[in-house]
Amino acid sequence: MRFYEFEAKALLAKSGIPTSRGGTATTADDAARIAGEVGGDLVLKSQVLSGGRMKAGGVKFASTPEEARAAAAHILALEINGQAPRCVLVESKQPVAQEYYAGVTFDALAKLPVAIFSDMGGIDIEEVAEKHPQHVARVHFSTFQPLQEFRMKELVASLGISGNELTALTRIMTQLAQTFLRYGLTLAEINPLARLEDGKFIALDAHCDMEEEARDQQAAVLAELGIGREETRQARPPTPFEIKGAEVDASDHRGVAGRVVEFDGNLGCVIGAGGGSLTIFDALRKHGGRPANYCEIGGNPSVKKACELTKLILSKPGVEKICVIMNVVSNTRVDIVARGVIKGVIESGYDPAEKIAIFRIPGSWEDEGFKILEKYGVEYADRTVPMSEAARRAVQKVAR
Amino acid sequence: MSILVDADTTFIIQGITGREAVNMARECLDYGSKLVGGVTPGRGGRDVHGVPVFDTVKEITSKQRVDASVISVPPAFVRDAAFEAVENGVKLIIIVTERIPRLEVAQIIEYARRHGARLIGPNCLGVISPGKTRVGGVGGAAAATRRAYQPGPIGVMSRSGGMTTEISNALTAAGLGQSTAVSIGGDAIIGSTYAELMPLFEADPDTKAIAIYSEPGGPMDAELARYVKERGTRLPIVAFMAGRFMDEMPGMRFGHAGTIVEGRADTTAEKIARLRDAGISVAEEISEIPGLVKQRLAEVGA
Repeated sequence: MRFYEFEAKALLAKSGIPTSRGGTATTADDAARIAGEVGGDLVLKSQVLSGGRMKAGGVKFASTPEEARAAAAHILALEINGQAPRCVLVESKQPVAQEYYAGVTFDALAKLPVAIFSDMGGIDIEEVAEKHPQHVARVHFSTFQPLQEFRMKELVASLGISGNELTALTRIMTQLAQTFLRYGLTLAEINPLARLEDGKFIALDAHCDMEEEARDQQAAVLAELGIGREETRQARPPTPFEIKGAEVDASDHRGVAGRVVEFDGNLGCVIGAGGGSLTIFDALRKHGGRPANYCEIGGNPSVKKACELTKLILSKPGVEKICVIMNVVSNTRVDIVARGVIKGVIESGYDPAEKIAIFRIPGSWEDEGFKILEKYGVEYADRTVPMSEAARRAVQKVAR
Repeated sequence: MSILVDADTTFIIQGITGREAVNMARECLDYGSKLVGGVTPGRGGRDVHGVPVFDTVKEITSKQRVDASVISVPPAFVRDAAFEAVENGVKLIIIVTERIPRLEVAQIIEYARRHGARLIGPNCLGVISPGKTRVGGVGGAAAATRRAYQPGPIGVMSRSGGMTTEISNALTAAGLGQSTAVSIGGDAIIGSTYAELMPLFEADPDTKAIAIYSEPGGPMDAELARYVKERGTRLPIVAFMAGRFMDEMPGMRFGHAGTIVEGRADTTAEKIARLRDAGISVAEEISEIPGLVKQRLAEVGA
């Protein structure tokens, strides 16, 4: 889950990292008012969860409240990569002497957090690392020991930085690492981190990510930021179909039957599990199929959940048939999924034999499951039929 | 031989009285695994399918050797359960639970390393050495497990629990059994990566080739490719990469927590190119894996 810039800055400020004076506005009038309060030169930035704001015209400068009003009106009306801005951030514009990069993330190979620092800020850190590796320094740190400030000092000093600058940057890197650990973030990044002409440091732009898994633990800070559970903050907002899928999944705690992602096609997918869904989705597309949705079932969901998921998918306009495919299952029971899906098809007013293009779930309780499918005349396949072949047969039964 | 586990491996299940864990215990016992105890705080003195339940790990480890622990407790309790097992001398920790925050996974791994313990998972189904033992839920019911997994020369590693069985089943159907199959877990940070398990498979004389299931997201494939290029391996490797469609949808999460395309290096196209460049065969479909394995085995004369 990505935070908006103003939220990320609020998180950083809680750890003592200096940010610009200012505030957020959802109307041009509000922006003018904030501009009047802040005074001086201003920068107005669109609050979207997308890069490339500057290029898209989502960042503007102003010197008076009137200019700020006009800039805000423009920014608030501007969609960037299909996203309408949440609000506009109005901040005091600072005279910058130099820009740095400061970041903390996880290194999945070292399996530790890593602090990254560069004296070349303002551009993509991956690009700096590629073209100017001598300007990027990294240090791993423990998730156990109290944060060791000296490591951050060594990190900054390794790029030849000394004097007051070293002291100030060490403190900011330490505060950034603390923010990262305290709020269970997967990325905490200040880019650029600016040294102003008066020698002070300030976070000009910030980017923080939190994973879904940390949200419950971080409920307090999320509530403080006004971020509700319904905000998924994926690459795009959830569709009504996807929200209903999540409701089906949450209806009881038994297994997974949901996590749907909506697509445009005509072939509904009741597929699983985690890796199986990815494999099946690839196979359907490879054979020319047009899936109507992605989904995941697994962990032995209840009959009711499998039924409700099936009904949801069949209710989607344009869905001609559904395919029910999983890898060889261990803990999910074939008979339970078969019963749930057939129930869902019947309750939707269709004939399972006609509506289910193919059922390929081999594994636990398959004999019982296959018996049910036979009874309703549904075409099914056992483990001798590869997943990809099952996908091909399903695609053949619907219009390309 | 096998890696990580063998016929003598003794293990416990932490969270043994949970619904899924009760099933897992039954399945492991039916398979012939040496499940010697279970832990659920407050439930000491009971039993699950004849397996004694204790309040603490120490009550078991103080009386007998425990080689491994399978942790199947709710996400909020996993970290402490792992610490308890490690602290009491268990050297192989297998975490089945999913949805554990990354920071906690990192803490568990750091703690395990300091005590010389190894973590498999989280968000995995465990480890099986067919015909010898299975530690975890991999394969499901014992009879189903025996159908999908047979003893043989192939080492299997998979980020998906379900696909561990799918691939092993395809190998078994083609007459290629498995030395050990490891469900390594689908999270962004996992205890043991492909490259970290490779030396174990290389040291196992019964393993002749490796089959791998992988997904978008994370640097584990790049790490494996680098390992093979820099150090070489006697073992031919065949990999399958799922989630190719995700290249068109950066930033969207499908499947496991670790499965998200965040940069160019994460795309399946990049991953496949990197694996092939290291001499790893990449199957277009699961059903191609057995044929490719046989072909690679013939090339090395195994």
